Amino acid sequence: MYPRPIQDAPRSRQIMYKVALPISLIIWLLPMIAIVATAGRSLSDLNFGNYWGIPTEWAFVDNFTEVFNSSSIGIYLINSFIITVPSIIGALFLSTLAGAGLALYRFRGRYLILALFIAGNFVPFQILMIPVRQLTLDLGVYDTYWGVILFQIAFQTGFCTFFMRNFIADLPFELVEAARAEGVSEWQILIHVIVPLVRPALAALAVLQFTFIWNDFFWPLILIQSDELRPITLGLTTLKGQYISSFNLLAAGSLIAALPPVMMFFAMQRHFIAGLTLGASKG
Amino acid sequence: MAEMTSTSYQRTMSTRGFYRKHKLVIMPFVFIAPAFAMFAIFVIYPIIQSVALSFTEWQGIGPKRWVGLDNYRELWGDRVFWTSLVNNIYWLVLFLLAPVFGLFVALFLNQTVFGIRLVKSLFFFPFVVSQIVVGLVFAWFYDPAFGLLATILEPLGISFPPILADENLATFGIIVAGLWPQTAYCMILYLTGLNSVNPEMIEAARLDGAKGWRLLVKIVLPQLRAATFIALVVTVIGALRSFDLVAIMTEGGPYNSSNVLAYYMYDNAIFRYRMGYASAIATVLFAIMNVYIIWFLLRLWANEKGAR
Repeated sequence: MYPRPIQDAPRSRQIMYKVALPISLIIWLLPMIAIVATAGRSLSDLNFGNYWGIPTEWAFVDNFTEVFNSSSIGIYLINSFIITVPSIIGALFLSTLAGAGLALYRFRGRYLILALFIAGNFVPFQILMIPVRQLTLDLGVYDTYWGVILFQIAFQTGFCTFFMRNFIADLPFELVEAARAEGVSEWQILIHVIVPLVRPALAALAVLQFTFIWNDFFWPLILIQSDELRPITLGLTTLKGQYISSFNLLAAGSLIAALPPVMMFFAMQRHFIAGLTLGASKG
Repeated sequence: MAEMTSTSYQRTMSTRGFYRKHKLVIMPFVFIAPAFAMFAIFVIYPIIQSVALSFTEWQGIGPKRWVGLDNYRELWGDRVFWTSLVNNIYWLVLFLLAPVFGLFVALFLNQTVFGIRLVKSLFFFPFVVSQIVVGLVFAWFYDPAFGLLATILEPLGISFPPILADENLATFGIIVAGLWPQTAYCMILYLTGLNSVNPEMIEAARLDGAKGWRLLVKIVLPQLRAATFIALVVTVIGALRSFDLVAIMTEGGPYNSSNVLAYYMYDNAIFRYRMGYASAIATVLFAIMNVYIIWFLLRLWANEKGAR
């Protein structure tokens, strides 16, 4: 093991480590701690210039109530869910099919197709921006949830297909062999053999995609105009203008925006990290 | 895998019917077609369209006018374009600190003490937070009137500059904000990599008297190559893609001093209706990124062949 386990070190170093750990954690999370603390600060404290000192009162409930009452944050939150959930389902569906197609069959051009999926996933959004915006206008889905959802499905399918293809290629191929020998159709093999085995991959992708799509700012910025359709990332910019002198409310709004993906991460941590670090442990 | 597929192929050949005969040829296309169609329509074709647009002048509506290389010639003389390009290089170079910091944080946390799992996930969690939130928090941090940094430094007699309003500092202020989640990302890649480091090799090297820095460089780092590779790829791509933080923290200002190609492109398209010119900027950014994309694909290809 590297570095050497701290248990082997002298007692003094062990204590030092155990003290350093929480201190470094606090420094590392200072931005988050600051935003939580600010979200609970009262307006009178801010008005008196007490930004970072000990607060005279805690105003969490007041601030959160105020944000929900005075802004459209509730609608933004719902919009984020309306966009994120169908996008995930669509991307997972398409990429399970495509991943199986690329992993279970040998045909010419399969590496080229895989390479296109991978490469497309890394392109800068700006090279897609103008034509995609035009396309959504032509399809009549500009400034609707569907414009963003369709694009997210298409774009995220690239990464998801890469992921699913690698996962399926690592499964024991004998299972597919045996099913084929029994005369089971390819569709049945996909549904009854492959899908049950790729559940962990689907879970990993679902949590990853949740944070990616939830936190995406660019595509709703390009494809949505109406305030009532905005997801929370875009809504925060509205809030930024609205709460220009009340940072406690903006902080509360930011916390609300950050909460769903953070909760998702802590609930599904193992899957999330497994998805994110795919390939990091292989030679 | 090659042999297995061909034997099953021969087996199905003996059964009757066109579909049954050819299902191993037909099915992959049925499976791949929907995903590929979506990807082609929303990703691949738009790339071609954007490159084509970069040779035209277009306001977003009305006719497009072919102007050849005019947009690129204009870029050559555009000071903001060069500022943005240089800023992208700053992003690229300074963002490489993320894998370095990430490695050290991972080494620091790679212990088994009480509560370490929680500590690791808390260290990671900036990555899960939206960049928009990160940008808002750091802007609040940097605020010269009531930001935390100013509040801490002023009693010490250090006057804290208004980072995001300073032409020479704004970009670096944004990059620091970007490094925070990026370091968390690299840390988790290295923690996963450290899990699979061969303990016997480490012990053997220790018996040979290697320790500390030498052990890290000679024995541990080579085994972390896969993690390093992925960390570099995601960091470079992240640096070149930087948009959200610039949009929320400075909008490219003051006086375009913190602009980057991605934001300058958006600015030209959305606020100035110069679609052709914006496409030329996007094409330049795309060309730069292609260097890394191709490098990544070649590495994957080599691995894929090595696995067979």
